[in-house]
Amino acid sequence: MTAEQSVVSIESVTKTFAQGNVTALQDIDLDLAPGEFVSLIGPSGCGKSTLLRIIGDLIEPTSGAVTVNGKPAKQARVDGDYGIVFQDAVLFDWRTVAKNIALPLEMLGWPKERRRARVAEMLELVELKGFGDHYPWQLSGGMQQRASIARALAFEPALLLMDEPFGALDEMTRERLNLELLSIWERLSSTVVFVTHSISEAVFLSTRVVVMSPRPGRIAGIVEIDLPSHRDVETREAPRFFELVTEVRELLRLRGEHLFPEEEPA
Amino acid sequence: MRAAGRVAAVAAVLVVLVGLWELYRWIWSSAGWTWPFIVDATSMPHVWTILKAFGEPAQVNQPDLWSILLHKALFTMKEAAVGFTIGAIVGFALGCVLVHSRLLQRGFLPYLVASQTIPILAIAPMVVVWVNPKLPASLQGWGAVAVIASYLTFFPVLINTLRGLQSADTRALELMRTYAAGRWEVLWKLRVPTSLPYVFAALKLAATASVVGAIIGELPSGLQSGLGGAIINFNQYYSLEPQELWATNIVAALVGIAFFVVIVIAEKAIVRRPPETTT
Repeated sequence: MTAEQSVVSIESVTKTFAQGNVTALQDIDLDLAPGEFVSLIGPSGCGKSTLLRIIGDLIEPTSGAVTVNGKPAKQARVDGDYGIVFQDAVLFDWRTVAKNIALPLEMLGWPKERRRARVAEMLELVELKGFGDHYPWQLSGGMQQRASIARALAFEPALLLMDEPFGALDEMTRERLNLELLSIWERLSSTVVFVTHSISEAVFLSTRVVVMSPRPGRIAGIVEIDLPSHRDVETREAPRFFELVTEVRELLRLRGEHLFPEEEPA
Repeated sequence: MRAAGRVAAVAAVLVVLVGLWELYRWIWSSAGWTWPFIVDATSMPHVWTILKAFGEPAQVNQPDLWSILLHKALFTMKEAAVGFTIGAIVGFALGCVLVHSRLLQRGFLPYLVASQTIPILAIAPMVVVWVNPKLPASLQGWGAVAVIASYLTFFPVLINTLRGLQSADTRALELMRTYAAGRWEVLWKLRVPTSLPYVFAALKLAATASVVGAIIGELPSGLQSGLGGAIINFNQYYSLEPQELWATNIVAALVGIAFFVVIVIAEKAIVRRPPETTT
């Protein structure tokens, strides 16, 4: 796959942090095709969030290159080629939900009428219709995260970066939001990079799961998720789902043996 | 209900304070105690003596005291309000500049801190000498006092603005970075709204400080039109008529409270944030 065809192209990216000479990522190569939903999974310290941040040009790689939509990551960021969702909703307390969703549109200089129309669409998309005039603190955690997703998707970016977006939510809310995210993704056909700690979440959502291992952060293996493209509650109970979960878990466990080598100095 | 309850609480505390004042007076004077000071009509006039003084002229052929103090209070409020506004704007603007440069912060902050350790009485005469000649006739005298009041105002506003602007959430800053936001957009859309609760905390301090600054600023300026002039004046007659100085102090306190309340109301109208949890 060439860089022109892929939405994200990562070429031998290495990231070392100056303090303590930690190699967060070593020689990462990865290509994302348009419309893919790729999860990055691995134990703490495997660099999955760092990799996401490098794709979004929030930090720079020490060496290697990231291309987004055929452009250097920095240009893609400046052009607004991606939306981002963090673990916390990061909504602005002084703005209503509608105004929060409109924030990126304001930055892009959209006229007021167009902004309003789009915000209404987005509120409907994430099922927050009627909550536009609420302030973020008046919403539950799950609703806040939906507003955050609406904000990230408001300007129709080709790429959606999600950094453990449901990590702070309870299991039931998380599973419901997983379903909603999939239905949004099916409708918008954008490409998603999704960082998570949860194996079942990664398998349920993704077309591919990238399993990472720590110290230094590397790709331990990639699992193609060949579940039917339309997924629902029954998907989680299908035998194939469990096989894939097991496959990802095996990959994580295999690498996990090296997590705490006995000879590691204190 | 909530507003009525608040008024009732304030009134109840006032009644208790007046009661304590009179109780202390009664115990000390009937027991003849002299520690820490002798309680008599001079050191602690009756509350009703002070209140009665409002309705009488302080000197013959003069209007009643309340009318004189009202005019003086309005004059001092004008000085304090202008001083507060100048100080708040300077403090806020300085904060917005300094937040963008650690170097400027390190260079300037020690001197700004030092500026506040100089007693206002020491710089007031200089401010009067420097500022007055440049002022148009309509600002003569009180304009310099406003500058002195602003000197007490800008510092808390600057320090809290700086703290508030720096308290923007790291993720929120990253989010703005993903929008390729420039410095101004980050400042106006993120940092300034984040800083407002901090700024308003400082404005409350500054509002009362500006009243103190205006009163003290009047002293070396030799201005007779404000509460500072009245305090100097009634100070000289204290042993004869202490109630007049007490009455002036009450008016000065009311002015400070009025300023404070204005800021609280403005904060309610402007700052949107989660309701505070009180236990």
